Amino acid sequence: MSRAFLGLPGPPPRAPRDTGYLRGQRPFPSAAHAALEDSQQRRNLGKATGTIRDKRARMVEEVPDWERLRSAGAAIKADALARLPELLERFESAVTERGGVVHWARDAVEANEIVTRLVADRGADEVLKVKSMATQEIGLNEHLAAEGISAVETDLAELIVQLGGDRPSHILVPAIHRNRAEIRDIFLREMPGVDPDLDDDPRSLAEQARKYLRAKFMDARVAVSGANFGIADTGTLSVVESEGNGRMCLTMPETLVTVMGIEKLVPSFADLEVFLQLLPRSSTGERMNPYTSMWTGVTAGDGPREFHLVLLDNGRSATLADGVGREALRCIRCSACLNVCPVYERTGGKAYGSTYPGPIGAVLTPQLAGMHETRDDPNASLPYASSLCGACYDVCPVKIDIPSLLVELRHQHVERSRYTAEAAMMRAASLAMSSATRFTKAQRASRLGRVLGGSDGRITALPPPFAAWTSARDLPVPPRETFREWWESEQGRAAMARARREAERGEW
Amino acid sequence: MRVALFATCLGDSLFPEAVKATAILLTRLGQEVVFPPGQTCCGQMHVNTGYQADALPLVRNYAADFADESIDAVVAPSGSCVGSVRHQHGTVAEHHGTPALRERAGRAGGKTYELAEFLVDVLGVTDVGAYFPHRVTYHPTCHSLRMLRVGDKPLRLLRQVRALDLVTLPEAEQCCGFGGTFALKNSETSTAMLADKMRNITATDAEFCCAGDSSCLMHIGGGLSRLRTGVGTVHLAQILASTEQHVLAEPEVIV
Repeated sequence: MSRAFLGLPGPPPRAPRDTGYLRGQRPFPSAAHAALEDSQQRRNLGKATGTIRDKRARMVEEVPDWERLRSAGAAIKADALARLPELLERFESAVTERGGVVHWARDAVEANEIVTRLVADRGADEVLKVKSMATQEIGLNEHLAAEGISAVETDLAELIVQLGGDRPSHILVPAIHRNRAEIRDIFLREMPGVDPDLDDDPRSLAEQARKYLRAKFMDARVAVSGANFGIADTGTLSVVESEGNGRMCLTMPETLVTVMGIEKLVPSFADLEVFLQLLPRSSTGERMNPYTSMWTGVTAGDGPREFHLVLLDNGRSATLADGVGREALRCIRCSACLNVCPVYERTGGKAYGSTYPGPIGAVLTPQLAGMHETRDDPNASLPYASSLCGACYDVCPVKIDIPSLLVELRHQHVERSRYTAEAAMMRAASLAMSSATRFTKAQRASRLGRVLGGSDGRITALPPPFAAWTSARDLPVPPRETFREWWESEQGRAAMARARREAERGEW
Repeated sequence: MRVALFATCLGDSLFPEAVKATAILLTRLGQEVVFPPGQTCCGQMHVNTGYQADALPLVRNYAADFADESIDAVVAPSGSCVGSVRHQHGTVAEHHGTPALRERAGRAGGKTYELAEFLVDVLGVTDVGAYFPHRVTYHPTCHSLRMLRVGDKPLRLLRQVRALDLVTLPEAEQCCGFGGTFALKNSETSTAMLADKMRNITATDAEFCCAGDSSCLMHIGGGLSRLRTGVGTVHLAQILASTEQHVLAEPEVIV
């Protein structure tokens, strides 16, 4: 398709609507409704997030320069994002020089096509997967399946999710919503050659998964990974993990295909020093992760013979174009913000409808995929899925000010929306409260609300939209006298005069 | 010092006892307390719900009332309104107002304090001579904790209160689920958070839950009232203004 050039190019495109997982079926409040009623999941999540939260806090506390590390992490990422085009080109030539092949994918559709072609051209009908958010974001497994290629997740938790026909609910611990009894049931039901006497001891479950995966590692010809970091200077890629299954995938097959979001770039090798301290402590609450794999192009006689790198945009350039919102691209996918989020802890990740749940998902998803793409776009509900408590900002290893980004996205949403009843109420409130004269009139009018309170001064039912308040909370009736009326009253003057006398006599 | 009281729209209209207590307490501590009558609301609800442009007149109004040089400090009994004044007014003025407004808003915001901050950091007192013979647990509100970083200042003040039985609130730093319009837009999630907060409060056997924000107390108190827990809510200012001679008649208890 050719298009006539009519002046300045338009803004970069968002991620496509119909491919990948960056948009749920329903707005957050309605998706959360079902999640809140799932008592098993509430219990599993509460326990798991509480445990990781405490571990992280202990690990961070022992680092004397943690705050400086955070500032360094934020600065390195901000710098890389500020000169991303230049760094990407340097990265491309470094990878190419070392024998890798670089592919550029504008979006999920292109990335899926590139990976599928690479796998099909090698005659493989099965690929091993290293745990990767980017390939989940683009829906690669589903696309491969449609082309007759099965993708096998090798990260234990991803395997549990895949076998259970489920969706991940957490960035780091995708099966966080499952407990060990549920995992045992999934293995018994779905794992070929499973031991029928399998118990739910974590050791037994891990051993069963190991047996299953070992056979896969031995046969695999192609593996697909994501990347935690790409180093522009050297063309090096890195994956950090706990299990070693990723290492197996990165080293054993003949062909390795890596899909990396373009924002994963850091300028130089020395920058990793900062992130390899920040990431494990923030994500798993460990001093360091058990496996850090790094590879640069291909090396004869060692590891894969072919290396393909797919650089994925999928809405990242659009995010980068937003002067405020671009901060979200610093994210290193540690998931610390999920673990401290009181909303996430209760609703779980699936309510966000995106590969990226929790606070970071609420600011990243609407930017990557847009929030005004469909009528009543579910993504527009995500920036409101927060009480703005700020716990996420405090733990973010790259200092993303998530609460401020949420507020900014709410602002952008309101600016783009048609005039609603809410907007009319907000405008009326603004008008009433921008002058003390109008404000005191409104105060007097609201005192009529005293009649709603019955004999005990308790309001228990209000009309919409305030019915959402009284569904679970009472409200006191407005007082007989506002503060400013008291201040002007005889009684108020007397009270203040008494306080002044107490001050003079030092009576307090 | 000449201290201007910022009552906040909620305090002025719905929870005046906390504001009265603030006025009395500051006066008793030797401050000249004034109430600029033009004041209304900080505009936080507008900003946090996405209506930044509608917050502009409120930011302008705040700056007009409080930037004046005759005022040494502005004190409000609310961590979240002070957070909005200090952290959001500049942004609103920059995006929707003029450089002159931005400068005035910066001047007003720079001398605006939450009550506990003002007492401990500016006046340098922790013992304000208060007396409150009740079992109380303290909930640190999110914006006072993470936006203003008041830390343990409210607790240091409470520990000096005579006859007060202060009990630690488990999981104190977890949000109560209020979040302004969040409580309406995501009412069910908000309620789930509130349920856990109430469970922790009732586990302390306290008579009162105390905090530095009437808005969070309205939320927590609304839940405690609905379930007839018999636990009341009381603003920090009301405890600190209560003395043996003048035990504050009625803390805002809804039981």
